[in-house]
Amino acid sequence: MTTTDQGPLYFRDRDWHPAAYTPGYKTSMTRAPFRPLVSLGSTLSEETGPAFGQAMIGELDNNLIMNFTGQPAIGERIILHGRVLDENGRGVPGVLVEIWQANAGGRYRHKKDGYLAPLDPNFGGCGRTLTDASGGYEFLTVRPGAYPWPNRVNDWRPMHIHLSVFGSGFGQRLITQNYFEGDPLIARCPIVQTIGQQKAIDVLVAPLDMNRAIPMDCLAYKFDIVLRGRRQSYFENRKEGL
Amino acid sequence: MMQRLDYLKETPSQTAGPYVHIGLVPNALGIPGIYPEDLGRAPVTDAAKGQRISITGRVIDGAGMVLRDALFETWQADAAGIYPVNDPRGPADPGVTGWARVAADFDTGIWRIDTVKPGRVPYPDGRLMAPHIAVWLVARGVNLGLQTRIYFDDEADANAACPVLGRIEHRERVATLLARHQGNGQYQIDFRLQGEGETVFFDM
Repeated sequence: MTTTDQGPLYFRDRDWHPAAYTPGYKTSMTRAPFRPLVSLGSTLSEETGPAFGQAMIGELDNNLIMNFTGQPAIGERIILHGRVLDENGRGVPGVLVEIWQANAGGRYRHKKDGYLAPLDPNFGGCGRTLTDASGGYEFLTVRPGAYPWPNRVNDWRPMHIHLSVFGSGFGQRLITQNYFEGDPLIARCPIVQTIGQQKAIDVLVAPLDMNRAIPMDCLAYKFDIVLRGRRQSYFENRKEGL
Repeated sequence: MMQRLDYLKETPSQTAGPYVHIGLVPNALGIPGIYPEDLGRAPVTDAAKGQRISITGRVIDGAGMVLRDALFETWQADAAGIYPVNDPRGPADPGVTGWARVAADFDTGIWRIDTVKPGRVPYPDGRLMAPHIAVWLVARGVNLGLQTRIYFDDEADANAACPVLGRIEHRERVATLLARHQGNGQYQIDFRLQGEGETVFFDM
């Protein structure tokens, strides 16, 4: 336990995150609360959260190319890597990062996905890892394909990987998606555009990282993730014994 | 030119989408063989102390449709009101992990949690909050995870004194957070995302 594991959470900037009600993304219209959120500072219920141990992570858990059948998946081989940081710029060690994605043709291994692109018999589509001492994580996977979805008649999701991240507090819980540098579908996607500010969209786009690519093996993309920070609690009006 | 605040900005959220189960509960979805089991199947072990309870419910959208693709996580204290990780007041009941990952049934949309009733936890000023389970809910169409809490309708005195429930200005909305006791430790509560009886969601 370190001092950064405790203390009140910084308030979320909800103008930076996507709004709940975003009509361009049609499903949000009946799933967005209409009443205002009830806002107050974090409590122990948000400042504490689950912890996960290395013992639970299998050797191939962060290798989506091999973790389904042990035979390699088909597609553009990439490393997706980065650091999990807090808003104070500190690496967050030992936290669980989970990802899921479509295969190289844009098909998900999910009973609700009926897209005509075929499943890859050697690709499952999920991975997980714990961040290292400096907050770093990495996955080996194939770059997912774009795929169509029933929103407007001809909407296509950009290539993306879903990421789910834990911090040290339940109130830091975050799910997001990363996109890939140069993809012309990013600017056309209603889910990307649920985010109102271009600066906020830009931080979801992972740049190509040739320094981390492995010659004759795979390319690499870098994607850093920032979680809510914590205040130092020296001046908090807490009673003794808390 | 003035100095710049050098804080980073939190990574913007995006929806978990309809295929969230691939990443978070692949075994329940029918993709076995990658992980030995799905994480967060129960927040307690058989050894946990306290009153056994089970809670069932549904997640309902603004058109009255039951979501079958919703997924949420819960975080709770043990029966004595201690959190299992990083609680500055000391160690919790080792039978309580406190965390669960709950997916709605793919066909019916009904979800279920088997746990122990949590004890009271102090608010930052030292007053006790009423027994509650923190909830973080994601789904297709939800752009940023929704924070809510499950309280219990048979804790009337504690609920009346809870500083968080006390912050809800429209008092009739407090009832949307109360799981209703059906007898024998069985509780029922629905999360209504929008409209009539809309669940209280927090920004905290």
